[in-house]
Amino acid sequence: MATKQVSATDFAVPEEVVKPPWLVRMRPFLIALPALLILIGILYPFVVGVAYSFTAYAFTRPNTAFVGLRQYQRMVEDSDFLYSTFITLAYAISATGVQLLLGLIVATLLNRDSRIAKILQTTLIFPMMVAPVISTLIWKMMMQPSVGILNPMLNAIGLPSLQWAAVPETALFSVVLVDVWMYTPFAALILLAGLRSFPQGPFEAARVDGASFWFTFRNLTLPMLTPFILIVIIFRFMDSLKMFDIIFAMTEGGPGSTLMTYQLTAYRTSIQFQRLAQGLPYAIVLYFVIYFVSQYLVKWWGRAQRRAAGYS
Amino acid sequence: MHPRTRKALTSIFSDGFLLIYFLFALFPIVWMILVSLKSTNELFTTQFVFTPTLENYQAIIFGDPRAAAGVVARVDFPRNFLNSLIVSSGAVVVSLLVGVPAAYALARYNFKGKDTLAFTFLSFRFAPELVVIIPLSLIYRQLGLYDTYFGIIWVYQLVTLPLLIWVLRSYFEDISPDVEQAAMIDGYPWHQIFMKILLPLVRPGLAAAALLAFVFAWNNFIFPLVLGASNVQTVTVSALGYISSAQAFFNRMAAAAVIASVPQMMLALSIQRYLIRGLSFGAVKG
Repeated sequence: MATKQVSATDFAVPEEVVKPPWLVRMRPFLIALPALLILIGILYPFVVGVAYSFTAYAFTRPNTAFVGLRQYQRMVEDSDFLYSTFITLAYAISATGVQLLLGLIVATLLNRDSRIAKILQTTLIFPMMVAPVISTLIWKMMMQPSVGILNPMLNAIGLPSLQWAAVPETALFSVVLVDVWMYTPFAALILLAGLRSFPQGPFEAARVDGASFWFTFRNLTLPMLTPFILIVIIFRFMDSLKMFDIIFAMTEGGPGSTLMTYQLTAYRTSIQFQRLAQGLPYAIVLYFVIYFVSQYLVKWWGRAQRRAAGYS
Repeated sequence: MHPRTRKALTSIFSDGFLLIYFLFALFPIVWMILVSLKSTNELFTTQFVFTPTLENYQAIIFGDPRAAAGVVARVDFPRNFLNSLIVSSGAVVVSLLVGVPAAYALARYNFKGKDTLAFTFLSFRFAPELVVIIPLSLIYRQLGLYDTYFGIIWVYQLVTLPLLIWVLRSYFEDISPDVEQAAMIDGYPWHQIFMKILLPLVRPGLAAAALLAFVFAWNNFIFPLVLGASNVQTVTVSALGYISSAQAFFNRMAAAAVIASVPQMMLALSIQRYLIRGLSFGAVKG
């Protein structure tokens, strides 16, 4: 420093002098303080939960002795653990995948100059606004053998009746169907907002050059749409990994243990069977999976956004 | 094929697909309304012809004569509706009081740990609820907060607070700092700048975010299921009661579902312009 040539920074006022008073510096923290207190109030049970996952605590036998990783070991060695992992992922991947694809089609079709499209678009939000547990009960009624309407409709077009969520073969299909019904509008709305935000220039140029629909779609639409697709994936994949309402209202995890995802297993063990510590590892492992996957996706989203804006 | 014919065909095909999709999307809602107007006798016929009746609405609002005799499950719908109203609006009011200033701080100030803080709030949105409410079910029993309004409103912050903070932060970021600096030069203290200049500028976004937070709180199921009982039971939890009884009363449930969900659909229509930004936590400025 001392032997360096004289530069502009040497004449700058030392930082300490212009440092604002303590109260001003603390202002953002003071403004956010009430929210921080609530944050702590929510972090505290989380920490308590992690701590209890190292005990054998049950509501019926309140024992807080440290047992190490025994609950986690028990979870991994459980005969249903692999299946539970599979069904959690299968639900999330199929629901998100279908919503993305169907949402993309619906958004593309709505993004036209069509009177029908304009009228229909207003009603797109309805399925999302009904409480998930209530609309699942409606679907359950529609699938019901005596009052239901879905089987008569299937029969009318020559298809056999289904037993829907009552049998293991179609249980996953039934709940994913409800999830797709509920959240495809979310995907469609986000993607539609994306399509409408595009600059028209590149598309006109492609049209003038006689580019085909697929060429334009692959080389213009898709790259520019990537940030929006990622938003859909972030919200829908994370939410369906932890989906509780739809599965609980439909079958409570059944028939048998067909739909016992991590969330349902954690609920059944900790709350219904009152074995608090035993169910916690499922919720905690799911928390960390979601945390790291969402971090990764959010970073990817940031990169995609910069690329779509033409910075790299 | 002539290009014009081809264009017309594409258009018809596209509209046709849209119509089929919207049939799928709206059918369950229409069916729910139809079933809610069916009498119990007509419930088990598959014919579409029926004489609409309001008996289900009467039964759930004024009490079911057969509930006293034990034929129908007892669901105190007006009480549950009131509970939903209390906890949802309570949660939104608390979130507004603490969330608006926090959103402003996150949008305007540069301070250490700012991004970590913002992302911690966001991570609650994605966290599996049970990771918090399993331990809370124990803590609440110890503190006497189990099955209380305060307890439910507190835990609803997990739903409403991240939404309000993130959506409002994006609205505050849209306002040029020049607006504030001009007011500062004019000698306004910061709290007056906030109340008289900034708040009015974000008001439409604020109202929309608050309404959306209300809808999400209203629709929540798992928190009152685990942390509440008869005192705070909400409509989402009590809806299960109609079909878990020995004889399921689908028409009653449908009427309850209509009352519990149609107001929100209307609310959502009124904030449609701001909905996409709200649903995406400010990430997509539709």
